[in-house]
Amino acid sequence: MQAAAQATLDFLKLYWAPLLCGVVIVAVLPLIVGYIVLVERKLMADMQARLGPMRVGPHGLLQPIADAVKLLIKEDIIPDDADKLVFWLAPVFSVGAALLAIAGLAFGPAFQIAQDLNIGLLFVVGISALGIFGIVLGGWASNSHYSLMGALRSSAQLVSYETAAGMALVCGLLFAGTLNIKSIVAAQVTQGVWFGFLAPVAFFTYLVASIAETNRAPFDLPEAESELVAGYMTEFSGFRWSLYFLAEYVNMIVVASVATTLFLGGWLRPFANVRWLNFLDLLPPLLMIGVAGYCVLRMPKQPTRVQQMFMLAVAGLCLVVALVLAAPVLLPFVKPSLKEAVAPFYAGIHGGFWFIFKVSAYIYFFMWLRFTIPRYRFDQLMRLGWHFLIPLSIINVLVVGVALIVGSYFNLQGWALLLATTPAAIVALVAALVILSLDQKNQAQQESARATDFYAG
Amino acid sequence: MLDKVIFYFFAEIAVGSAALMVTRRNAVHSAIFLIATLLATAGIFLQLRAEFLFIVQIILYVGGIMVLFIFVIMLVNLDVALHQIKFARQKWVALIVTLALTAQIGLLFWTTGKMPGQGFPILTAAPVDRLPPNAEAVAKSLFSSYLLPFEIASVLLLVAMIGAVVMAKKKT
Repeated sequence: MQAAAQATLDFLKLYWAPLLCGVVIVAVLPLIVGYIVLVERKLMADMQARLGPMRVGPHGLLQPIADAVKLLIKEDIIPDDADKLVFWLAPVFSVGAALLAIAGLAFGPAFQIAQDLNIGLLFVVGISALGIFGIVLGGWASNSHYSLMGALRSSAQLVSYETAAGMALVCGLLFAGTLNIKSIVAAQVTQGVWFGFLAPVAFFTYLVASIAETNRAPFDLPEAESELVAGYMTEFSGFRWSLYFLAEYVNMIVVASVATTLFLGGWLRPFANVRWLNFLDLLPPLLMIGVAGYCVLRMPKQPTRVQQMFMLAVAGLCLVVALVLAAPVLLPFVKPSLKEAVAPFYAGIHGGFWFIFKVSAYIYFFMWLRFTIPRYRFDQLMRLGWHFLIPLSIINVLVVGVALIVGSYFNLQGWALLLATTPAAIVALVAALVILSLDQKNQAQQESARATDFYAG
Repeated sequence: MLDKVIFYFFAEIAVGSAALMVTRRNAVHSAIFLIATLLATAGIFLQLRAEFLFIVQIILYVGGIMVLFIFVIMLVNLDVALHQIKFARQKWVALIVTLALTAQIGLLFWTTGKMPGQGFPILTAAPVDRLPPNAEAVAKSLFSSYLLPFEIASVLLLVAMIGAVVMAKKKT
C-alpha cells in the first residue's frame, strides 16, 4: 500500500504539468468544438442567405451550450438487438483516439503535453488513425444494415486515403529531416520558407486526403443521409451520438494542426526571420482592436438592451486580448532592458496566436468546401483516391527526393530551393494527369462494355 | 518503482485480454481483445523507452492489420462460425507444444543468472529523463548494417502486393 502511494506521489511529481494540461484540454475541447459548430452553422446560413441560429443569446452565441444540455438530457436508446458492450465501447474509442492524438501536438512553442516527443508527427498520425475502430465497431454493433454499410464505406475510405496522406507527410518530412514537432518548425525557421511552398503538391494531396479522413463533405459518404440515413451513427442517439460528433471535430482540429505544423510554418509569423518585417508583430493586436471597434460600431443596431451590453462585453474582451498580444512587442521599446525578460512571453503568446489563426483558417476552408461542392459518389471517391491521389503522392515523393539532391548539389537554401522544387511539382502533376487520362480512357471502354455497379466498394 | 507499476499494469492487460481473446465465442469480441493485447504490448514498448517500436506497433498491427481483420470478420457469416466446434482434435497437440514452449522459456530464465553469456542478455537501461533518438537509430541500422535484409523484405512485400492485385483482378 505504502509503495503504491509512494509511486503515485513520484508520478505526480514528475508529470503534474502534462496531467493538468490534459485535464484542461479534455474539459475545454467540447466547448471549442461547440463554437466551431456554431461558426459552421452561421457560415452555412450566410452562404444560403439565411440568419442561422439567432434565438439563444445574442446572434445565437449561447446556442452550443443549449445544444450540449439538450444532448446530455436526451433519452439514451440502445437497440434491443445491439451488441451492448461493443455499442458502449465504440464511441468511447473514437473520442479517446482523437483526444489522445492532441497530446502529441504543440500549440505554440510553450504548449505541448507530450514534451519533446521524438516520434512527434508519427504519434499524432498513428493514434488518430485508431479512431476508425470506433466507426467500424459502432456500425457493426448497431446490428442495422444502414450502420454496417456506413461502417464498411468509412473503413474503405479511411484505409485508402491514409496512404495518400502518409505519402504527403513523408514528402514534407523530407525537408524537415525529423519527426519531432518542435524541430520541424525549427527547420522552417532555418530554411526561412514554409514547407507548403516547397512541396505544394504534397500540401494539396494532404488537404484532399485530410478532408476524406475526417469524413467531411464532399467526402462524407459514410453518413450520406440521402442513401444511408446517417451511416454508422444511425442507431446512436443523445450523448453517444454527441461523442461521435466530438470525435469528428477534434479530428478536424488534429488534421488542421498537422497540416499547419508541417506545411504552414506552425507557430511562426509570416517571414519569421526577416528583420525589417518585424512590424508584422503588431498585426495580431491591431486585428483584435479592429474586431473590438466593429463590435462597438454595431452596438446601436442591436434590438435589446441585453444584446447591446453583450456586444460591449465582447469588445472589451477583444481589447484585453489585444493588450496581452501588444505588451510583449511594445514593452522593449519603452524600456530596452526588459527585452530579455519578455522574450519567452512573446514566443508563447504570439506563437499561440499564429498557430490558432492558421488552424482556424484551415478549418474555415473545410467549411467553405462543404457548402460549395456537392457530395461524391462512392465509386468516384474510390477512383479519385486510388487512381489519382495515391499515384500522385508516390511520384511526388520520388521527384521531391531528386529535387532535394539537386538542391544540395547546387547548395540552394531557403527561397532559392524553389528553383529545384517547382519543376519537381510540375513534373509530378503532369505525370499524375497522364495516369488519370489513361485511366479515364480505360474506364470509358469498360463502362460501354457493361453496366457499372455504383455501390461496389 | 513507477516503471514496475506501469510494466505490471500493461503486462496484466496484455495477458488477460490474450486469454479472453482465445475464449470468447464472438469473433468480433475476440478481435477487440486482440486489439487490447496489442495496445498493451505497445505500452510495454513505451515503458522500455522504445517509442519508435511503440508507434510502429500501433500503426502496423492495430491500425493496419486489425482493421483488415475486423473488416473480414464483419463480412463473414458469424452464425455459421458460432455453431462449429472450436478446438477440434487440437487438444493434445496444443498441450505438448505449450509444455515444450514453457520448458524452453523456463530454461532461459534458469540459465540467465547462473552461466555468464547464456540465457537472456542483460542490457543497460535507457536513462529516464532523456529518451534516445529512436527513429534515427532504427533508420541508421536499417539503412547501413542491415540494408540487404531490408531490401529483400521490401521486395518480398512488393511481390505479395502485386500478387494480391493480380488475384483480385482475375475474378472480375
